Amino acid sequence: MSATLAAEVRAGSRSALARLLNQLESSRPDDRAAASAVIDELAIYLRPGGLLVGLTGPPGVGKSTLAGALVASWRQRALSVGVIAVDPSSRRSGGALLGDRARIGPRGGDDGLFVRSMAARDRLGGLAPATFEAVIAMGAAADRVLVETVGVGQSETDVSEAVDLTVVVIQPASGDTLQFIKAGLMEVPDVVVVGKADLGAAARRTARELRAVMPALGRPDTPVLEVSALAGDGVGALCDVLEELREAGAPELGPRRDRRLREQVLRTFRDRYGSRGLDALGGAAGARARLDALPPGTPPSALLAALTRAAGH
Amino acid sequence: MSERRDRPWVMRTYSGHSSAAASNALYRDNLGRGQTGLSVAFDLPTQTGYDADDALSRGEVGKVGVPIGHLGDMETLFEGIPLDRMNTSMTINATAPWLLALYVAAAERQGVAREALSGTTQNDLVKEFLSRGTYMLPPRPSMRLQTDVIAFTVAEMPRWNPVNICSYHLQEAGATPTLEVSYALANAMAVLDALRERGDVDEAAFPTTVGRISYFVNAGIRFVEEMVKLRVMARLWDRTAETRYGVTDERLRRFRYGVQVNSLGLTEPQPENNVYRIALEMLGVVLSKSARARAVQLPAWNEALGLPRPWDQQWSLRLQQIMAYETDLLEYEDLFDGSHVVAELEAELEARVAEELAWIEREGGVLAAVESGAMKQRLVEAGAARLREIESGEQVVVGVNRWQEGLPSPLLAGDDAGFMSVDEHAEAEQVARLVAWRAARHAGEAEVALHGLRDAATTGANIMPASIRCALAGVTTGEWGAALRDIFGEYRAPTGVSATMASSAERASLVEAREAVDAASERLGRRLKLLVGKPGLDGHSNGAEQVAVRARDAGIEVVYDGIRLTPDQIARAAEEEGVHAIGLSVLSGSHMALVPQVIAALEARGLAALPVIVGGIIPPEDRTALLAAGVARVFTPSDFDLDLVIAEIARAVLEGAGG
Repeated sequence: MSATLAAEVRAGSRSALARLLNQLESSRPDDRAAASAVIDELAIYLRPGGLLVGLTGPPGVGKSTLAGALVASWRQRALSVGVIAVDPSSRRSGGALLGDRARIGPRGGDDGLFVRSMAARDRLGGLAPATFEAVIAMGAAADRVLVETVGVGQSETDVSEAVDLTVVVIQPASGDTLQFIKAGLMEVPDVVVVGKADLGAAARRTARELRAVMPALGRPDTPVLEVSALAGDGVGALCDVLEELREAGAPELGPRRDRRLREQVLRTFRDRYGSRGLDALGGAAGARARLDALPPGTPPSALLAALTRAAGH
Repeated sequence: MSERRDRPWVMRTYSGHSSAAASNALYRDNLGRGQTGLSVAFDLPTQTGYDADDALSRGEVGKVGVPIGHLGDMETLFEGIPLDRMNTSMTINATAPWLLALYVAAAERQGVAREALSGTTQNDLVKEFLSRGTYMLPPRPSMRLQTDVIAFTVAEMPRWNPVNICSYHLQEAGATPTLEVSYALANAMAVLDALRERGDVDEAAFPTTVGRISYFVNAGIRFVEEMVKLRVMARLWDRTAETRYGVTDERLRRFRYGVQVNSLGLTEPQPENNVYRIALEMLGVVLSKSARARAVQLPAWNEALGLPRPWDQQWSLRLQQIMAYETDLLEYEDLFDGSHVVAELEAELEARVAEELAWIEREGGVLAAVESGAMKQRLVEAGAARLREIESGEQVVVGVNRWQEGLPSPLLAGDDAGFMSVDEHAEAEQVARLVAWRAARHAGEAEVALHGLRDAATTGANIMPASIRCALAGVTTGEWGAALRDIFGEYRAPTGVSATMASSAERASLVEAREAVDAASERLGRRLKLLVGKPGLDGHSNGAEQVAVRARDAGIEVVYDGIRLTPDQIARAAEEEGVHAIGLSVLSGSHMALVPQVIAALEARGLAALPVIVGGIIPPEDRTALLAAGVARVFTPSDFDLDLVIAEIARAVLEGAGG
């Protein structure tokens, strides 16, 4: 059964993808088991020419508008697109308002576009475990996957661990993100976008400052782009830059995804068995060494089982 | 009796339905009963630039107003009504240039020059993005078309009010007086600033242009506060015109406004009480002579039930006539100048408005705050606060949260249950007329005129002359709209519903709703997920927004998909998002057409089992029919406690899951 569902997802079946995503988010044991088998298969599948992109940044910076423009740009290039839009859950009620899909996609609907909104659930601003798996599922089904998160707390780091390329959007002339990058407090993303370029001088100045600081941060080649998603300026250029980076990094894509997958397994292990479980393996370094001993392309459930066995659980 | 009575305000009734011919008959009747101006309600396809045979128009033709598809319809609408002697107010915004073009062309065919026309095009786009939802283009091109209409009328139609800055719909969305005044003033300044930047209105004519700005406000039941609001608006507008725009002539700085009193506060239970509410709401806009309305429209007592009948409209008009002619109101100078109570209230409001205006400035001005959704979010939050006050009983609504027991209303006992049912054939007949019109016109001329329209749109020439040529060449509303959408693109405005929205106050009923949601989530294996959206062309999203926020506060993961969704779009979103239920809000009276379409679209995607929940102005008979058609729950305005609504949704989901 799972083989069929995985194949359907890869072939781009919308209902199969929807079904799998529902199972991924479920806490019912039967759903979990079914989903885990499918994810095992999809996690080691590299969609030819596929790319996973993370888009993050502080609230109010125009991320949703940019996401909409980027999706439209990809669709114009005849690439199929999957979007995962992550919003925080209310800490009091556990509920969430997921309002971004209203900004993405054409009015008439589009068979080449699939948008899933997900709540960040328990982790503080970070991605829910199911979201990592959802990225894997989407990546098997669509040429381009966009993971959109609000850049507060943990999610900025989390999203970079789920995707091939991370784009951070910052507001011209203001905001912590800009200061964090400049001061070297935050890891430099693959692409920096200065949003709201329609603001003119402020955007240009911010972009200039960022370019000037990149060499000192050891990332002189990091593209810094000015984009006005509202006016549609610079979105094509962003698209081009992402394609260039994808082509340049293509040989590394498989090994890098494999590495990310192992980090995700490690995180799952830690979530499940805590730091005591990790201690039994000689800490994170010991756990990583055990995972590295397994051949590339080992499915996630086998990786997790190896750690669990070694820890004596 | 005093020497001199003031001249009464213009008395109108906002009306139009089914077809141009039916509406024309209604207008002639209303004028015969002493109405002194016309207020045209257009249907949603006309308001958003679609033809009656467009897929998006299905179920909406002739529902909330009259369908006007081309010059022929416009001529029929005003047949036998001399346009040089009529004062016509058109509630038209995104397509204001087009409807004004049709009006000018129809007048020309009556032999009336455009200089002689008097009336108003609402032509206020900012509030469309904030609350009413019938926009067509993105904000910046919308502002351009809006100022095109103003520049054109200033030059060629000296008796026309080209824009009616509307705070009406802001209050319907829950705006407090502070928000209403500030947003309206900020909006007017944004329009005038944009006009000044265009440079095609010459500096000498600018004071006249300022003098042409009129307002359209709302008046609620707290009539003292409302009267104060209007006095403050008058003063602030006078000051703004003088200091910001250098208008020296005092007459050109006058705050001229029309009003439709509040529909938000009209209740579905004990609807006869609404007659009193309407009368009291009217006091706020007529009592103070120095801030008195120039034109008044009153809603009908039964608006929360369904469409008013001609008799209901007559009853509302009679109230205006009694106020103006039987009472001694119009015999005195201003009654409140010199009142220290009023003066203090005014000073407080002015201070709050100054703060709010400063906030908008910090957000980058009106257009930026519209594009970012910041203003919209404040409105949704204000709406939520208002709702909470009613639910908690802090704000008393007689017959709703106090004194709910009452005798059955004889007003509802007639065969029609107390409201008008829409002519079911109106849509098909309108489509037939449209098809005949297209066949009869000179296709080549229409094409040439449309070419001219596209030219004007891309070169930046004023859109009005090209639109008038289109009108005369037989171009249709949908063709005009499509040409501009092709050039400027379509737009989906920020919903204002976002994760940063403030939480609802805790009450026992919210805790109970949360328990019901948690129980359902437990049983489903993942958190209950609900899609909320509006099918059809109706953009009044206040209700849907409030349900979305409350559902979140009760623990539901809510996908809020906004307005103007096609049935297939809703089914698609339900599938992609993996929701457990779908909440639809329909206020245009099109629920019987739209809801079955959504159910069919869900079936086509194998999602027939998903519970569909419908909220709106839905008469009992339709409710029964919807439930029979497979709808899980129907909610109407009498279900004002959203905690109970959310708990019911959770139960509906459990029933659907075999619980």
